[in-house]
Amino acid sequence: MPSSEPSAPAPAEGPVIDARGLGRSFTVSEGPLLRRRRRTVDAVDGVAFRVRPGETVGYLGPNGAGKSTTMKMLIGLLTPDRGRLRVLGMEPARHRTRLAARIGIVFGQRTTLWWDLPLRDSLALTRHLYRVPPRDHARRLAELTDLLELGPFLHTPVRQLSLGQRMRGDLTAALLHDPDLLVLDEPTIGLDVVSKATIRAFLARLNAERGTTILLTTHDLGDVERLCRRVMVIDHGRLAYDGDLAGLRDRAPGPRTLVVDLAEPGPPVEVPGARCVRRQGPRQWLELEGNPAEVIAEVARNRQVADLTVQEPGIEGVVARLYQGDAALAAADGGE
Amino acid sequence: MRVYCAVFALGLRRYSTYRAATAAAVFTNVVFGLINASVLLALFHARPEINGYDATDAVTHVFVAQALMGPAAVMGPPLELAERIRTGEIAVDLMRPASPLAWWLSHDMGRAAFTVAARSVPTFAAGALVFPLALPDDPARWAWAAGTLVLASLIGFAFRYLYAASGFWLLDAKGVSAVSHLLAPVFAGMLIPLVLFPPPVADVLRVLPWAAMVQVPVEVFLGKDTVPGGGPAGALALQAAWAAVLLGLGALVTARAERRVVVQGG
Repeated sequence: MPSSEPSAPAPAEGPVIDARGLGRSFTVSEGPLLRRRRRTVDAVDGVAFRVRPGETVGYLGPNGAGKSTTMKMLIGLLTPDRGRLRVLGMEPARHRTRLAARIGIVFGQRTTLWWDLPLRDSLALTRHLYRVPPRDHARRLAELTDLLELGPFLHTPVRQLSLGQRMRGDLTAALLHDPDLLVLDEPTIGLDVVSKATIRAFLARLNAERGTTILLTTHDLGDVERLCRRVMVIDHGRLAYDGDLAGLRDRAPGPRTLVVDLAEPGPPVEVPGARCVRRQGPRQWLELEGNPAEVIAEVARNRQVADLTVQEPGIEGVVARLYQGDAALAAADGGE
Repeated sequence: MRVYCAVFALGLRRYSTYRAATAAAVFTNVVFGLINASVLLALFHARPEINGYDATDAVTHVFVAQALMGPAAVMGPPLELAERIRTGEIAVDLMRPASPLAWWLSHDMGRAAFTVAARSVPTFAAGALVFPLALPDDPARWAWAAGTLVLASLIGFAFRYLYAASGFWLLDAKGVSAVSHLLAPVFAGMLIPLVLFPPPVADVLRVLPWAAMVQVPVEVFLGKDTVPGGGPAGALALQAAWAAVLLGLGALVTARAERRVVVQGG
């Protein structure tokens, strides 16, 4: 965020988050009341990663993979059973309140705002909650109001806000104390395209200009593509991937698609190295199995082609394959 | 401390937005007061004096009790905390650098302060218009009455906090609240003045924490001074003791609940 004052130097030289061999198990009771059996589930099992100051990290995983459990441990709402965890140099579960003063948390599906009162009142409360000097508070509030365009609804009761407006309000509430780490749990869930774009642009700017470290969980891979240089994928309590987005694509290569616009509608194109998966009028989608150049040459030889494009596999497909433990991927993982 | 003052102010403002609900509550309190007063008047017509109460005392009791309905919340509403525990929103609360007990206490005291102005005063005034009520003529007695009102509100909060916190173990505190909201009005002297019970029973009920929300404040207002130790100071000391015990219990339960959530992941 643009600021007239120099921002405070990052207090931690070391990593913002340092997790080593992090694990957490739960005991669950199953079955009918009289024949109840107890079973131990490893929700998180030996997760290790470091997040450096200024990084934006996407934390992905299917429901039940251990995402929320990890998040809860990071913010001190849950004690790890095993391993070592430091967030901003603190042990979260032990120093939850002290840590809370230095992290901002937004749960996409929950709100910290006062439902029946104007948004302004909830935001004013954070000043006392985090003991922010009045001048700093006023300055940050003005900046955030400007960046997130809160002006038109600052005086509106929260219950009357749209979901997108409420989310911008929640983000503001989480950032008014200028946290070093922002933890977002599905920040764009349920939002329309425009609201998502606003929030993503804001987060990118926050990270670039303020250097705020951001850790976000999401099922919306648009968030990841737009924001995260680094992605961690958790599945069955273990880290299945930790690296950049390009690496994730390479690691779980999906088929590329050749979109062919023929001069006129016709039967499915049949060429070696490609398979027609969809037809719509003169347009056909071919899943590429062989060399794209050869396939394109072959298609052009057989049919009259108006236009051609090659589509990369979407990140959705890549992650879905990763979750499913794709056979090809398992082979690629064999060395580790 | 500043944050709790701010929460108090927000609690007050928040409840001031529920205008229709407030008007409905005043209406209910007044109507219930009128019915209750008529029944007691019939009773006192047959017996002019029962265990130190005359007809005017009884009717005054009814309207002070109705006026306490808002601030002491003997019959609810339950704290929102209960719902937040049930839905898991409590996680958001636990992430605030503030004590949950103090947070909800300030919030509820904001609510209580609003209900004193918007419910207690009109309800009592309506009663005074219809019936001759026994008003204290000593200004000091009014001051004692104000103190007893604050303590009654604290006790009312502490009870509801404990009910709500039971949700950490029971998942849903509705059952606990339902039972307590049925029994509390009887034990408190809200439904009928405790003096209508046989004196030995009344004497026991009077020193229990429920009575500290209604019967004890009413007797301070009426100048009855029946609490052992005598005088309004004794009554307020009894209330303060119960407030301390219940809030202390609340703090203990909070610590246990936090540990349960954080360690067991409950």
